[in-house]
Amino acid sequence: MIRLEHIHKVYEDGFRALEDINLEFTEGQINVLIGPSGCGKTTTMKLINRLINPTKGKVYINGEDISKINPVSLRRRIGYVIQHVGLFPHMTIFNNVAVVPKLLKWEPRRIERRVNELLDLVGLDPETYRDRYPSELSGGQQQRIGVIRALAAEPSIILMDEPFSALDPISREQLQDELISLQENIQKTIVFVTHDMDEALKIADRIILMKAGKVIQEGSPEKILRHPANDFVKDFIGKKRLKQSEKVPAVDEVMIENPVTAYPTRGLAQSISLMERRRVDSLIVVDKQKKLKGYAPIFNILEKYTEEEQTLADVMKPFEHVVEQGTPVTVALDLMSTHQLPYVPVVRSQQDHTFVGVVTRGSMVRLMADVYPGQGNEGV
Amino acid sequence: MSFMVDLLAYMVNHWDLLLKLAIEHVLMVFFGLISALVVGVILGVISARYDRLAPVILSIANVIQIIPSLALLAILMLYFGLGFYTVTVGLFLYSLMPIIRNTYVGLNEVDEHISEAGRGVGMTAFQLLTKVQLPLALPFMMAGLRVAAVIAVGVATIAPFIGGDGLGREIFNGINMRNEIRIYAGAIPSAALAIIADFTLGRLENRLKNRTES
Ligand SMILES: Nc1ncnc2c1ncn2[C@@H]1O[C@H](COP(=O)(O)OP(=O)(O)OP(=O)(O)O)[C@@H](O)[C@H]1O
Ligand SMILES: [Mg+2]
Repeated sequence: MIRLEHIHKVYEDGFRALEDINLEFTEGQINVLIGPSGCGKTTTMKLINRLINPTKGKVYINGEDISKINPVSLRRRIGYVIQHVGLFPHMTIFNNVAVVPKLLKWEPRRIERRVNELLDLVGLDPETYRDRYPSELSGGQQQRIGVIRALAAEPSIILMDEPFSALDPISREQLQDELISLQENIQKTIVFVTHDMDEALKIADRIILMKAGKVIQEGSPEKILRHPANDFVKDFIGKKRLKQSEKVPAVDEVMIENPVTAYPTRGLAQSISLMERRRVDSLIVVDKQKKLKGYAPIFNILEKYTEEEQTLADVMKPFEHVVEQGTPVTVALDLMSTHQLPYVPVVRSQQDHTFVGVVTRGSMVRLMADVYPGQGNEGV
Repeated sequence: MSFMVDLLAYMVNHWDLLLKLAIEHVLMVFFGLISALVVGVILGVISARYDRLAPVILSIANVIQIIPSLALLAILMLYFGLGFYTVTVGLFLYSLMPIIRNTYVGLNEVDEHISEAGRGVGMTAFQLLTKVQLPLALPFMMAGLRVAAVIAVGVATIAPFIGGDGLGREIFNGINMRNEIRIYAGAIPSAALAIIADFTLGRLENRLKNRTES
């Protein structure tokens, strides 16, 4: 864990860049520092690898005061992705990625293995890329190299200063996704600087919002969206996003709670008559403990209708997509439209699979009417 | 036409002498350049590192450069006596300026973000210099070396005035004896040396430039 205690930073020219910063960066999470340009994000980040020393105050890593650690050896233990890529243009990709392991005097064979492994990790074929120079790579590829260079010596802490800011929106999204899935595997303590709120909301476990050398608010993205501390935070998040976070209800609010269900032991003739009565074309199969088992479309039932021994358990199909209680409606909507589903079942949790209801296209229509009421009243 | 034939005949007949002089010429230039390279790079690094020393070092080197070559060599002769050694010292002093200046400029041209990346990954100041900053400044330093080499080949032709040898000896003798052929027999190879130095070092410079461009 990284802790900053009462940090003040006054630059040589007398500029007060940071004032009384007290922060903790949680272990194994993506901590995002965000704020307008010049608010001190980079300064704060560089305190951690001693590229900048505080004028007053202390930085602790796992309880150890880092002003007592030799900066060179400290930096070899901390991955660093710089604001402007910062690859060494005169070194091949291999040598760029290998730079810290080489400084640490790893065995050549171990370095070789590690570099290949990392290139594979970000989808760059080692054979093709290892002997190229940075100028022979696209911006997105260079940035991937910047990221794996920071990972090379397996540091537990990684600092990333606006790593994706120079990329086009598509590569940026892609790298953000890659970072998120990478982090699921590596579980590093990441300090990530950005001034893009969308990026922060997407990747952060914790967001630290700064302004003019001070921390204004910190917390989970959810907390910052739902409870912005003041007008500055509200402005910074932007009206659009706040509105979205307020207005997107959970699936619980729109789902149908008592759709037509049947036990797996139910016979086929019995099922047909139930469907006729309730005018539905498939049955949701739920056991006595209310666990979701699957669904039986009418065609599957009719196909096996002549076989009297068969029950719903024999003809039903499992659901490929279910959502948990509390999921935003937009997620369910997205699933329905991408997979062409007439409805999505809602379960208490993905683990226990207790059935609580379904979201249908009809429930969506009702929701839209609530979110965008009175369009007609505006005198268009 | 007959002049050309005579010149050629002279050069063929005296090829062993001319070769010896050319080798001497190259050696004086080589030793002058190598020592200038060592000292010049160190002074260039110091200038780039310490802003306050930079103007002092650069202007001293500049003053040396401005002294006319014959005058400089003559002054050196007062202290070092006649001969090869004195010429080499003169060439060393002449080569210093382009090398110092280009090392200084090359190091200043290194993108601060790249230096910061070097520090950030945990390089010591010396590792940063040798693994990142000097390699990136290399094309500039190469250009400096090239300028220095061309100047040195030229200046080396006046070596005979202070007891040195080299192709200047042949030119010098030609002047004394009013022998046109001998003047050309010294001048043409020394011009060729300058062109060769310019060309090969230029090629090397371009190769380095292509490599380090980002
Ligand atoms: N070496 C320095 N000397 C004086 N002032 C500095 C120095 N470095 C940074 N500053 C100032 O400190 C403030 C904070 O700088 P910092 O680089 O931390 O900002 P930032 O939040 O990372 O901004 P950006 O989003 O533009 O990168 C800025 O106003 C900057 O001008
Ligand atoms: Mg910054």
